[in-house]
Amino acid sequence: MSSPEPAVHHHGPPQSFIRKYIFSLDHKVIGKQYYGLALIAVLAGLILSWLMRIHLGWQAAAIPLLGKLSPTGAPGNVMTPDYYLSLMTMHATLMIFFVLTTAPFAAFGNYLLPIQVGAEDMAFPRFNMMSFWVTFVAFVVLILSFFVGDGPPLAGWTSYAPLSSVGGVAGPGQGTGQTLWAVSIAIFCIGQLLGSLNFITTTLDLRTKGMSLARMPLSTWGWFVTSVIALLAFAALLPACVLLILDRTAGTSFFSSAGLVVNDQVLPHSGGSPLLWQHLFWFFGHPEVYIAILPGFGIISTVLPAFARKRILSSRAVIGCMVSIGFLSYMVWGHHMFVSGMNPFSAVLFSLPTLIITIPATIMVLLWLGTLYGARMRYTASALFSVGFISVFITGGLSGFFLAQPSLDTYLHATYFVVAHFHFVMALAAMFGIFAGTYFWFPKMFGRMMNETLGKWHFWLTFIGVYCVFMPMHYLGLAGNVRRYAAFTDNYLAPLIPLHRFISISAFFVGAAQLIFFFNLFWSRFWGAKATDNPWEATTLEWSTTSPPPFDNFGGRHLVVYHGPEEYGVDSDTLEYVMQTAPEQIKTT
Amino acid sequence: MASTTKVPPQRQIAPDLTSDGQRMGGSELRGRSRSAAVGVAQNALPAETGIWVAVAAISMSFASLISALIVRQGVAPDWLHFQLPRMLYLNTAILLASSVTLEICRHEFDLRPDFNGEESRGDEAAARAFPWLCATMALGLFFVLGQVMAWRDLAAKGLFLSSSPSSSFFYVLTALHGLHLLGGVAGLAYVLYRFRPNADPQQRGVLGVASVYWHFMDGLWVFLLVILAART
Amino acid sequence: MGKLFGVVLAIITVVSAGFIVAHVWWMPVDISTIGPRIDRQLDETMLATGVLFLSSQLILAAFAWKFGDDKERKIKYFPGGGGPLIVFAIILVGMEILVLSFVGSKVWASIYMTPPEQGSLQVDVAAEQFAFNFRYPGPDGKFGTVHPERVRDGNGNFFGLDPENDVDARDDVIVGTLTVPLGQPVALTMHSKDMIHSFYVPELRIQQDIVPGLTIPLHFTATKVGKFEIVCTQLCGLGHYSMRSFLEVLPQDQFDQWLKSQSGD
Repeated sequence: MSSPEPAVHHHGPPQSFIRKYIFSLDHKVIGKQYYGLALIAVLAGLILSWLMRIHLGWQAAAIPLLGKLSPTGAPGNVMTPDYYLSLMTMHATLMIFFVLTTAPFAAFGNYLLPIQVGAEDMAFPRFNMMSFWVTFVAFVVLILSFFVGDGPPLAGWTSYAPLSSVGGVAGPGQGTGQTLWAVSIAIFCIGQLLGSLNFITTTLDLRTKGMSLARMPLSTWGWFVTSVIALLAFAALLPACVLLILDRTAGTSFFSSAGLVVNDQVLPHSGGSPLLWQHLFWFFGHPEVYIAILPGFGIISTVLPAFARKRILSSRAVIGCMVSIGFLSYMVWGHHMFVSGMNPFSAVLFSLPTLIITIPATIMVLLWLGTLYGARMRYTASALFSVGFISVFITGGLSGFFLAQPSLDTYLHATYFVVAHFHFVMALAAMFGIFAGTYFWFPKMFGRMMNETLGKWHFWLTFIGVYCVFMPMHYLGLAGNVRRYAAFTDNYLAPLIPLHRFISISAFFVGAAQLIFFFNLFWSRFWGAKATDNPWEATTLEWSTTSPPPFDNFGGRHLVVYHGPEEYGVDSDTLEYVMQTAPEQIKTT
Repeated sequence: MASTTKVPPQRQIAPDLTSDGQRMGGSELRGRSRSAAVGVAQNALPAETGIWVAVAAISMSFASLISALIVRQGVAPDWLHFQLPRMLYLNTAILLASSVTLEICRHEFDLRPDFNGEESRGDEAAARAFPWLCATMALGLFFVLGQVMAWRDLAAKGLFLSSSPSSSFFYVLTALHGLHLLGGVAGLAYVLYRFRPNADPQQRGVLGVASVYWHFMDGLWVFLLVILAART
Repeated sequence: MGKLFGVVLAIITVVSAGFIVAHVWWMPVDISTIGPRIDRQLDETMLATGVLFLSSQLILAAFAWKFGDDKERKIKYFPGGGGPLIVFAIILVGMEILVLSFVGSKVWASIYMTPPEQGSLQVDVAAEQFAFNFRYPGPDGKFGTVHPERVRDGNGNFFGLDPENDVDARDDVIVGTLTVPLGQPVALTMHSKDMIHSFYVPELRIQQDIVPGLTIPLHFTATKVGKFEIVCTQLCGLGHYSMRSFLEVLPQDQFDQWLKSQSGD
């Protein structure tokens, strides 16, 4: 049921601390809360990746304090193989759900989507607040798994059954830890469903006068398309999680097959289908990739023109590409399952739409490149991350050509080639989008500028560093290096350990470079230079209001939009750019 | 970095952008003028759109479960066919009746000319509709109660959640549908709470939203019943 | 700053591609009849994507170098607008997709969608946490029946056989190393008794998940003598990294001898 509360702040801003900052109905506060949650999650995920990289480079290394966190997982501070898998599972779960879904989509979308369409708040502020707090509960439940029984689950973020569905007999962490994982993800689904409901309704219903769909900024389009994908994807994952929980706790046999013999013990399940879980999971899991990356497309398509001082080459084509990618994302889940034991004929059927997705992706890259052509690009930190985004997205997209072909997937599946591919195309591209967005919108969100020098250092170290970390993973994959291995004891893998050490050392540098970003974020929040209302001379509605915007976003004004979202480089000596709210008399194409 | 030599001239032409946050008019006035500025129909509720979004999401969830059911039935020979409890058909009739009472409630809630040709007052309309709304909620609760009795009937036959995949899906589908329906009852209770004083047009919208959800739950149940009857 | 970005990106691009071109880290030699076709498919894909990688990254670098914030220059639009680029992308990528998926599907079909040759050596594979076990039918050419409830790791009954009551099971050869004859087609029938495991031999260029509850076929023909590692590629629990076995390819006469010696005791 929907709360029929109209999206109007009837009684002005709340005064009490709790209503203002904790259980706030204000989409701006909720957006910042999501951003803060993502910061905590990304810091945790980063530390976990450091621990994993230490272990992969130097198996016998003692890691100070790790034994304190888990006496069984790291006796004498040396990580056990199963604890490595637990950390890997938690790294992926934290990053994919609590960073790559919350930061670009829920955080920026919440803060900016209502302002960019000229609304005073989301359509259902109460649901919006619930969306964040439900997500927060999901986060707490997930983190709890570090402190129960045998620690966090080790089945990976995909939690393939029957490893995930038969309970503690399957290994350490597969008891309470895995149950908490499934419960956490189910709760997370509810939070994101509430969020998507708000995004879609706000975009459809609360646009201000003159804000036609064609005049919506591309970032808003990105969030809008993402919310449609998220609505259907999380709606499909939620029941799958319920079934998984029942298999684990109520003895049902949805995913646990008959006659499993674990530790010489015959399990009581009857004929469940492990492949059923994979189908249900990837039906969500592939769209999830686009939930992470589509907001990035939108953010880059909005940030790039603002610094290039010219329109994007064809904003209609960008919208078309985003919509078609969103549509196709539901037809390709089987490409994660080429060698899973499903009918090999369906591999051919899933391969083709997967390859077809490269067409809209290529079109978007060419349009961004075409936008850079002849531009007067102002290379701020945000702009650098935008062009960096294009670079990592190209690299990640191209390795998809290999994995989309079943005949090559037989060799490359479950190797580090896959790890390289999804880190470039999903993790790095989305992170670069988040960074570009942060440097761009921080002045609006906090009324202060971020430090540009630190921002640029952050960019250079990150950009060079991520190529040092993830490019060699392609080489590892080509050499047949299997992923999700806690140690490389196989003969043919031993010669690859030096390359792993290079990756580990690069990863420490990249991680350390992120501390610059954290410092910059907190330092600028309190001591940064005061930001003007429109420091980047951008055109969309958020730049028509104060920095930070007042409680109702526009100080009671009702904006009327007369222009498209990216009227830069208008061909006249007096008019360099035209804001969306500029009077009708100004002529734009 | 972010400076140009040119002064963007629309800063002069555009309305004053550095508002000090002064409100224009009272909040009630803003509420009304705002919806006019949006360009959507007067009194339109975002919930009227949102409810369809919710319907789409719930449909997706149940579609996911139904496809899991079909796959699971085909994959292993442990599917146990059983007779659905007869109670379910009575429950279905109760739920269908609740949709009818809800429609009567909506009809009564309309401000319509009485036999004297005068339009009825809002409070009169509310008073007329009130019992029908209560009846709908009561029928909804009866339905859920009936579902619980159907469970007990099944359990008495020795069919529990984990007995067979067919019974597992039966319990999961009916339980999830029941939970969603209880959400609908809560929604109607909220409408009732908003009902009390008067039948103003906005509340009619709220009732409309609640009824979309209610009829959807009704239709969803009939669909589930057909699936369950055909498959178990 | 744009110029610096152009230079850095160009260096990254060339170095990244250089390691690929030089094959510093590369696939191990292939030892199967389908290997050359997969390698060719990979080379062609590498060539196509390599050209796209170099050209697009270097164009990005060049644009960053050239189109900085230069007040003297007027903003230019891409000649012809977005339309030609879109058509170009659809034709170029479309052609590539059609060619790759046509050739690739044929390779795929030859591995996974054709039945094994008549007279293939039949080997039964049982995967478990964290080992592979292989079973040959023995002199009678028949496999004994599998009883899951009889599976015991302790007494080495990995397949759950019942030699007392089952004549076929008595001469079954059960070993931990997959030994196959050179140039002879091998047909594997794979089962898992607990988790999903995966059969991967990089040199054979094939990988196949082994799902509990399913019987999964796989066939190959080895073309080189030697000992190669079989690794598990599907996360199956805490010992996943250590789950491996060996594939030993022997000349036919040595293989026959080996099989005889195994069934002798």
